[in-house]
Amino acid sequence: MELAYDSIVCVKQVPDTSNITGEAMTPEGTVNRAALPAVFNPEDLNALEAALELRDQHGGTVTAITMGPPVASEVLRECLYRGADRAVLITDRRAAASDTLATSYILSRAVETIGRYDFIFCGRQAIDGDTAQVGPQLAEKLGIAQVTYFERMVELNNRTARVRRNVGNGWEILEAELPLLFTVTDLANEPRPPGARRVMRYKRARTMDGVRRDVVAAMPNADEQQQEAEWAKRLESLKMGQLLLEQWDLDKVKADLRWCGVTGSPTKVHRVQSIVLTKEGHTEVSPTEAGIREMVHELIEDRTFG
Amino acid sequence: MIEPNRDGDVWVFAEQEDKTVNDVSLELCGRARQLADQLGVGMAAVLPGWNGRELSHRLIAHGADKVYHVDDKQLEHYRTLPYARVMCQLISKHKPQIVIYGATAVGRDLAPRVASEMRAGLTADCTALEIGDYLDPRSKIEHKNLMLQIRPAFGGNIIATIVNFDRWPQMATVREGVMPLGEDDPRRSGEIVDEKVEYNDFDSAVRLIERHREKRAVNLKAARIIVTGGGGVGSKENFQLIRNLAGVLGGAVGASRAAVDSGFIDKAHQVGQTGTTVRPALYIACGVSGAVQHRAGMEESAKIVAINRDSEAPIFSVAHYGIVGDLNKVIPMMIQAIRERA
Repeated sequence: MELAYDSIVCVKQVPDTSNITGEAMTPEGTVNRAALPAVFNPEDLNALEAALELRDQHGGTVTAITMGPPVASEVLRECLYRGADRAVLITDRRAAASDTLATSYILSRAVETIGRYDFIFCGRQAIDGDTAQVGPQLAEKLGIAQVTYFERMVELNNRTARVRRNVGNGWEILEAELPLLFTVTDLANEPRPPGARRVMRYKRARTMDGVRRDVVAAMPNADEQQQEAEWAKRLESLKMGQLLLEQWDLDKVKADLRWCGVTGSPTKVHRVQSIVLTKEGHTEVSPTEAGIREMVHELIEDRTFG
Repeated sequence: MIEPNRDGDVWVFAEQEDKTVNDVSLELCGRARQLADQLGVGMAAVLPGWNGRELSHRLIAHGADKVYHVDDKQLEHYRTLPYARVMCQLISKHKPQIVIYGATAVGRDLAPRVASEMRAGLTADCTALEIGDYLDPRSKIEHKNLMLQIRPAFGGNIIATIVNFDRWPQMATVREGVMPLGEDDPRRSGEIVDEKVEYNDFDSAVRLIERHREKRAVNLKAARIIVTGGGGVGSKENFQLIRNLAGVLGGAVGASRAAVDSGFIDKAHQVGQTGTTVRPALYIACGVSGAVQHRAGMEESAKIVAINRDSEAPIFSVAHYGIVGDLNKVIPMMIQAIRERA
């Protein structure tokens, strides 16, 4: 009998660090996150694609989860556009300033709250920190095995998976029983674009807080009571249309607050320096035969050419 | 979880593959030796493997006072779970204050797993480690002699210094090639301690079915001279110019990310944050603008020559010799000048 598999994909909204311009720097020389466009972390799209391909082949479900401020629900809509079945936002002020250890703990609580799963897919790393730590730490917290640098599923036989992973200077094939956590790199696949019909359907999808923001923006002069009524009305209509994104806080996932946020994070940022180009000055060599001959001469004299 | 302590040793996870110690582990031994001397404690390496006890001597020759050697058939090739078991058990037993790993495919898979189980802090991909003090702004308590973990963040646009003081060990992965690789010092002596580790069934849950390693066709790290082409080279065909210059100098061919992304040359040649970090005696950057990610991978080179048409290119900020001009004209002139002198 062919089995269907349930997957959870962890995604993150990140500031687009690949295009940092002068405007994104504060006068103190630090990066102003708010001034950067927020994007879907690139390798999380590869993770989502791997999960969707698995579902296309074997059936089952794909649930996307993200942790972040309310605005991070944008990436959940992106997941729905591409084919995710369910999307959950974990948002809580008490989770702010979590390092990778605290983040993986909170995600593990969210995964346990979802309950049943066969696979967890994470992007290898996020472009704002490039740590590649949350995937393995989440696997450890859940007490399951991890396969990092996932390239493709070689074979999936009932509850046993064979996976090929890329280790840079080669590859290996690992075999293990489910459940398993994979971290996926950009070599694994080509993420699919959003489906036009799914965009039409899910562009209205909102979290509870998202609806509240919409209401305040739509009726800025209304009193609180009117806004509440409108909010309730909109919530009801989203629920009917199955467009209400789930929004969980730390209480909902039964997280122990000692392991969350600042108190749960052993690493502290001591200082941050922006990279300033230092013009220490170099010898200018004229692009002429004489100039270059002189430089070559010097490099031979000081034995640089060896 | 272990409590902060001041007398624990400084440890290096020693990575071996096919009976060879990875260079980064030796680089780390050199740095760990210095950190340990500053703290007045010992320095040890942990060497899991199978039939590889003799590798301990290289670790000692690079500064280890002690090598904790763990010999087991299931440690022959790296797998996350048994290796994590080794690290966690030995850390709990000996309580080091610092544990550092190479930021390799192995180190970046292992260290977070260990950190999670030990509930310890971990900083990824450091480019420098120092000993220093930290004043906690919340408690106003000054923590002395912590390991300052220095790393680029935000795509290399900032440098962050990270500390952890309340849960130990202090752990970090360190990028390959950023710490100098010293010479083997055969006069050094040290102790090899054979350790036994208790495994459970879950540790063998993942089975290695097949394993393939490619020989490094491009050995940028070992090259004394590297000639690198960037986007300014313009085409795959024109990259021959870079190869020619490398050829007359007996050097290796490097590439910037722009050149690799444009398909001029294979990714194995890439220098920089996502490629290889190098520190050759001579680095010649041709048509490389010098994005921060690239500079992070080569700025420690002893001599840097930059050729670029744009006099404002950031690469000139790290260059010793700057040539503002067309590489298509400058490189042939250089080849000519080198041939004349040889």
